[in-house]
Amino acid sequence: MFYIHCPYCGEHREEEEFHPKGQAHIARPADPAACSDEEWGDYLFFRDNPRGIHHELWVHAVGCRKFFNITRHTVTYEILETYRMGEQPTITAESLARAEKSAGVQVANGGQQTVGASDSAVKDSKGAKV
Amino acid sequence: MQRYSGFGLVKHALSHHENWERQWRNPTPKKAYDVIIVGGGGHGLATAYYLAKEFGVRNVAVIEKGWLGGGNTARNTTIVRSNYLWDEAAALYEHSMKLWEGLSQDLNYNVMFSQRGVLNLGHTLQDMRDIQRRVNANRLNGIDGEVLDAKGVQALVPIMDCSKNARYPVMGASWQPRAGVARHDAVAWGFARGADAHGVDILQQTEVTGFKIRDGQVYGVHTNRGDIEAKTVGCVTAGNSGVLAKMAGIKLPLESHPLQALVSEPLKPVLDTVVMSNHVHGYISQSDKGDLVIGAGIDGYNGYGQRGSYPTVEHTLQAIVEMFPIFSRVRMNRQWGGIVDTCPDACPILSKTKVKGLYFNCGWGTGGFKATPGSGHVFAASLAKGEMHPIAAPFSIDRFNTGALVDEHGAAGVAH
Repeated sequence: MFYIHCPYCGEHREEEEFHPKGQAHIARPADPAACSDEEWGDYLFFRDNPRGIHHELWVHAVGCRKFFNITRHTVTYEILETYRMGEQPTITAESLARAEKSAGVQVANGGQQTVGASDSAVKDSKGAKV
Repeated sequence: MQRYSGFGLVKHALSHHENWERQWRNPTPKKAYDVIIVGGGGHGLATAYYLAKEFGVRNVAVIEKGWLGGGNTARNTTIVRSNYLWDEAAALYEHSMKLWEGLSQDLNYNVMFSQRGVLNLGHTLQDMRDIQRRVNANRLNGIDGEVLDAKGVQALVPIMDCSKNARYPVMGASWQPRAGVARHDAVAWGFARGADAHGVDILQQTEVTGFKIRDGQVYGVHTNRGDIEAKTVGCVTAGNSGVLAKMAGIKLPLESHPLQALVSEPLKPVLDTVVMSNHVHGYISQSDKGDLVIGAGIDGYNGYGQRGSYPTVEHTLQAIVEMFPIFSRVRMNRQWGGIVDTCPDACPILSKTKVKGLYFNCGWGTGGFKATPGSGHVFAASLAKGEMHPIAAPFSIDRFNTGALVDEHGAAGVAH
């Protein structure tokens, strides 16, 4: 059961009050009529589907009914951050990788560090063997 | 391969069943193969089996990062049916149904395929209109189907609450008598044994970590047990297809979600058919062991965690108890979450890619098990000939750019 912080209500509420609405930050093409079939199909149907850090759109369906964004790990399901529409995430796969590298995070030999670690962070700290 | 028979059973009884041969070998990888199948689930093993048996391609490796039948093949609710609405999907699933009907004989392996029929319930007027349309479309495609009213449903399933007192009273159902269930592990094992007997190398505990691509042509894969070469590579990796595609620089229109199945404590025989409801959103059958096998919808968010959420368990069981008040005190024994790769139009992707020689068979979403033999057969034909089989051709990845979708959300059983 997720315990989700709604950035508009300012409170943690349980998962059942919310609905996931797919990948966040997908911009509608400014001039749809000018899109090729390729570009329009990509916009409609193709998604990132990462194994690791993912930015998602959720709606507080039985609360304030506002849409907002969640940054979540798709293997551990840990919620790293929630933020309002129009804002950019402060935590990304890249930022985590950089932070872990500079902090010299050790990853257990052969194991996958799961809590908060992105795939690329794991990769970086394991070196070229992966 | 040692053939199984009644006589063999008696013969092996004399040596206390200690001398049965292993069902498949555990070979070390060769340097190169003609075809590599990535993913040792039901669809991958079926592909390898038909490649070797029907299309004469015997130098084949199946690469599996875990063990056979350790993924969705053994995590599903085992329902087999072919009552899909659109011609393209109906052709694919009916092709599979026809293979199911002879599969135990063909494999010399009892997959316990039981044609006990499937009911798809209607609870609203619109449900009933959709059911009539779908059954009519099925019959035009030569697929068996009947429209039943509430009385007909009650006669088939006496323990179901078909009264007017239910919150969503049953108004009728579509009924496909040839549909049913099969034993999922046996399907994986039977195809593995058959493929192995035809010379296919099944490499377990071998994980693909990348593709070898030169000038837009695939020529092998990197694995944790060294590089293996092949000019034709078929990826059949369900929920992990997106991760694999990324290694080859391809984007797929898939999203991976957890889908749960539950099994109850064993009961005496009480339900002799399969009941599915789109509207109250759950499906149920009883296995030969007596457990109730229960499933419903996916968890709405993306996930690779192979575990489902509690709210989904609760909603699933609410739906089952709504239909079957008699089961309200049955205890659940086990629960799994498999990772399913859902497609925007609820139809699979069987396709070439922009990398020459690299094929994908994925996107089966919540309903891949029923298609296991058919998917394997048409995919094997496509790999062997280098051209997509006519039944597979409409399921090209290009359809998401051309717009020629096969929208099966209505017939895909339960809402996605």
